[in-house]
Amino acid sequence: MNKSAFHKKLLAGPYLVWMIGFTVIPLLLIAWYGFTARDGSFTLENVTAIRTPEHLKALGLSLALSLTCTGVCLLLAYPLAMILKGSGLGKKGFIVFIFILPMWMNFLLRTYAWLNLLDDGGILFQICKRLGLPTVSLVGTNTAIVLGMVYNYLPFMVLPLYNVLVKIDENVINAARDLGANSFQVFYKVILPLSFPGIVSGITMVFVPSLTTFAISDLLGARKILLIGNIIEQEFSTANNWHLGSGLSLVLMVFILISMAALSHYDKNGEGTSF
Amino acid sequence: MKTSMVELQHITKSYDGQMILDDLNLDIFENSFVTLLGPSGCGKTTTLRIIGGFEAPDKGKVLIEGRDITSVPAYKRPLNTVFQKYALFTHMNIEENIAFGLKIKNKSRQYIKDKIAYALKLVNLEGYEKRMPDSLSGGQQQRIAIARAIVNEPKVLLLDEPLGALDLKLRQDMQYELIRMKKELGITFVYVTHDQEEALTMSDHIVVMNQGYIQQQGSPETIYNEPENAFVADFIGDSNIMGATFIQDELVEIFGKRFACVDKGFGVNKPVDVVIRPEDVDLLPEGEGTLDGVVTHLIFKGVHYEMEVQAGGFEWLVHSTDLFPVGSKVSIHVDPFDIQIMNKPASEDEEALGVHE
Repeated sequence: MNKSAFHKKLLAGPYLVWMIGFTVIPLLLIAWYGFTARDGSFTLENVTAIRTPEHLKALGLSLALSLTCTGVCLLLAYPLAMILKGSGLGKKGFIVFIFILPMWMNFLLRTYAWLNLLDDGGILFQICKRLGLPTVSLVGTNTAIVLGMVYNYLPFMVLPLYNVLVKIDENVINAARDLGANSFQVFYKVILPLSFPGIVSGITMVFVPSLTTFAISDLLGARKILLIGNIIEQEFSTANNWHLGSGLSLVLMVFILISMAALSHYDKNGEGTSF
Repeated sequence: MKTSMVELQHITKSYDGQMILDDLNLDIFENSFVTLLGPSGCGKTTTLRIIGGFEAPDKGKVLIEGRDITSVPAYKRPLNTVFQKYALFTHMNIEENIAFGLKIKNKSRQYIKDKIAYALKLVNLEGYEKRMPDSLSGGQQQRIAIARAIVNEPKVLLLDEPLGALDLKLRQDMQYELIRMKKELGITFVYVTHDQEEALTMSDHIVVMNQGYIQQQGSPETIYNEPENAFVADFIGDSNIMGATFIQDELVEIFGKRFACVDKGFGVNKPVDVVIRPEDVDLLPEGEGTLDGVVTHLIFKGVHYEMEVQAGGFEWLVHSTDLFPVGSKVSIHVDPFDIQIMNKPASEDEEALGVHE
């Protein structure tokens, strides 16, 4: 190795230290906790604990809610991204800016705001009351959790979609029209398949955090609804059982890895994904 | 008898208050190879996009075979386009790209298969059915774009600077390919380019455009040999354009010397512009021609020498196979039929409009 090449590699040093210190070592620690009992002996119990009805129910609910959230985000974000592309407003960055703006506020604060909106006696409650509609309190329901997830994660779906859509050459769309495709055919034969990397990327960026969240379900679920994230969090905090918490985390990681692998199969070029 | 395939009537188009096309009228005849030629921003691409249906004119009509299609959307027009940067569908293989239009028209499987085979043979890319567009070179991609368009049997094929992204050698090969395809297909080609050589090589009919107006149209020979104004003369090929005085019919005075010409009807003692192509300037030993001068530059170009001759206060560009070294005293002679007389534009606006006869 010549000297300059060595110097270049040296520049990667700090990042290597970072990755080892904050990714590799913590992961190994989680794995160690996950496969050991309190007395330090090897066990699979923490991992197989996922099979208890309580844990399975939480995992199932987590999957259901995060899939719903991802689906809703996709349905909301795609038309929006199309409008942004078509209007050219996105180019000026203003609309995109408006969408990102809430992300500058603290995540918990935003979720607390939803609590105020949906709570018994909250803003939604008051509006319903004034209009003479049946009053509802959504807090503590699955709906509230999905609403909170969609609100928090929607920008992560919009941005990758918008990015792939603006990159589609206008002449490719013109070519499809030229070859006889009407607007609907242009969309599902050309625009939709070409935006696939963005869809995959958006799904990943929404699905993973919503599968693992515990803050949103904690606040908007009023501690009545337990997602797998909440259970893991409780094992670490209140139950003080790091071994079980780590074991369940490992199972969740496997789930995420499987879904990533399935998605990356559809994104051969790796254009859109951030993972 | 020539019949009209495409007719543009009084087409006007502006963007953000800027006039791109102003009252453009154009007849494109059946089975012709028509080239819209001009510098960028002259309105040639806009004209093509209006024919294709990708832009709507502010005013005017587009007719195909006498039928008004101004309000017919692009996907229902009986014509197809080859785009500048190929615009292939990168998520489909070559076969699927070519079949795109046919599948939409619900053609039978066998018909589509035969058409793909025919089109790939026409563009010399047999065996590429399963390849992806990204794995092809620029020239190959452009051939696929042509194949994708022609399988739909359009009455008119629109080509928007299709060779613009290719290198010189490939561009020349493709020019011959296009002429061959045009002959085999027997359909009308409307071709847009800013490359005058490309236009001269391929077209039956050239439409020279500038600033939204048609400057001149005619056969390549007419455009080259008989430019109607200084813009056309300057844009098509190298030329010597100079001010002169039209003394009387068949006689013009250039830099104080009288040259015989063949033009008539420009009046008596009228200021005119004169175009003489560099290859039409004959150099003779000093005193034997009409206007004496000195060779100031000499470059060997392969086929000929390119010289600059200072004569009458003007740098004459001369192409000749005879060598006159720098500093030689020479005399310029021009045959009468090589002198092209043009009206002088009275103003900038008139220059843009061109001189209509």
